[in-house]
Amino acid sequence: MVEGISNSDFTDLVKIIQQRYGYDFTNYAVASLKRRFIRFMAYKHINGIFELKHRLLNETHFFQEMVQYITVNVTEMFRDPSFYKALREQVLPRLASYPNIKIWHAGCASGEEVYSMAILLEEAGLMDRCRIYATDMNAANLKKAEEGKVTLKEMKDYTYNYIQSGGLHDFSGYYTAYADHVIIQPALKRNIIFFQHNLVTDQVFNEFQLICCRNVFIYFNKTLQERVVKLFYESLTSLGYLALGLKESLLYNEERVKFEPVNAANKIFRRKT
Amino acid sequence: MTLPPKYRILLIGGSAGSMAVLVTLLNHFPSPFPIPVVIIMHRLKNVVSELDKLLSVQQVIREPEDKEQLLPGKIYLAPQNYHLLIEEDATISLDYSELVNFSRPAIDLSFTSAAAVFGAHVLGILLSGANNDGAAGLSRIIAAGGTGIVQDPATAEFDVMPQAAIDANPGVQAMSVEEIIHFINNISTENKS
Repeated sequence: MVEGISNSDFTDLVKIIQQRYGYDFTNYAVASLKRRFIRFMAYKHINGIFELKHRLLNETHFFQEMVQYITVNVTEMFRDPSFYKALREQVLPRLASYPNIKIWHAGCASGEEVYSMAILLEEAGLMDRCRIYATDMNAANLKKAEEGKVTLKEMKDYTYNYIQSGGLHDFSGYYTAYADHVIIQPALKRNIIFFQHNLVTDQVFNEFQLICCRNVFIYFNKTLQERVVKLFYESLTSLGYLALGLKESLLYNEERVKFEPVNAANKIFRRKT
Repeated sequence: MTLPPKYRILLIGGSAGSMAVLVTLLNHFPSPFPIPVVIIMHRLKNVVSELDKLLSVQQVIREPEDKEQLLPGKIYLAPQNYHLLIEEDATISLDYSELVNFSRPAIDLSFTSAAAVFGAHVLGILLSGANNDGAAGLSRIIAAGGTGIVQDPATAEFDVMPQAAIDANPGVQAMSVEEIIHFINNISTENKS
């Protein structure tokens, strides 16, 4: 098993992926991405970097499998309940003043947090004048997200999270349970649009009152974080909200002066002007 | 006998039964500590954790944010639900990927990434615990020329974790809590000189 990847091999791999498949991992955080490569190699029983490069250059479907494996797609419903509570109490009442509300979930993975947001909006009576744009760079994730399928064994944790977030309804009313999975009520999907967008290479596509991008930044280096915060700034209306993951920071970002904290502990910021 | 290398980072991993030991260690640390210290403890997910506050009796212990620089004199606690990795520029990268050894944070991941960056200048200490997280990470530290220490299994409340590390690594040193404290106080003087 390969235990480490040298920097020159790493640069080669990133270059091959970029030139051959158009995915740009140049400014990803190195430690985490190296580990994802190594983990993928162990999974595919690949014993050396040479073999990995060779297969990347010669097998197209191999990369499709690799991109699914090396990107982190771990998510949860109502992840960090305190964040959702803050959304309910501090953000949604403000959003309610807009006739049409547009929300962007950037890097939504398999959609669990998008559906959590949909539930909040439904409970606040805002869903019908709301549109959620849920994007990810990974088509396989979006397909999964659109299905609204969640493993049954996670639902106990999610129910707990929902209650902690201030949810007052019967959580089981939001899904139908089958043998080993649940299907989120299709009605919750009525104003969600899922589509592919890559934060590294794609541009502004609309204007939003709220952007959620949680635990995506951590996989980027400071240069890329800078670019993405700029993209978010330009995609927000005046006084629009930006929500990051609980351990993500704007501190190292030049754009930070253009935002003010709304709830510092839960990483909710607002565009100043 | 060759002189021990000057350490540039100390990592401490622990799980079940390691809280009390960790508190004892922290209380005996010189303050400020001459090199960055990273603590990786297994904990429950989705329960609000106040571990950083509980541990901050004599020195401030903080959960770092992503991209924070590792600095001497600071003690970092791997945040609940994130793996903690170290980049070549000695900044912290957090990672919300799959559990490793049923754990997030996983001790193996932090140990391994520290070994890749700091090589022979890593000191890794593994305390009591009920699974084998940390054993592979200590191997990587030792293979890179660093030092691996485990709490003597005979003195650990749960011996699985230190014992797994001993079984995987002939080069690891088993020490009582007092010996660990002694060792740390020595390196702290050496690092100053």
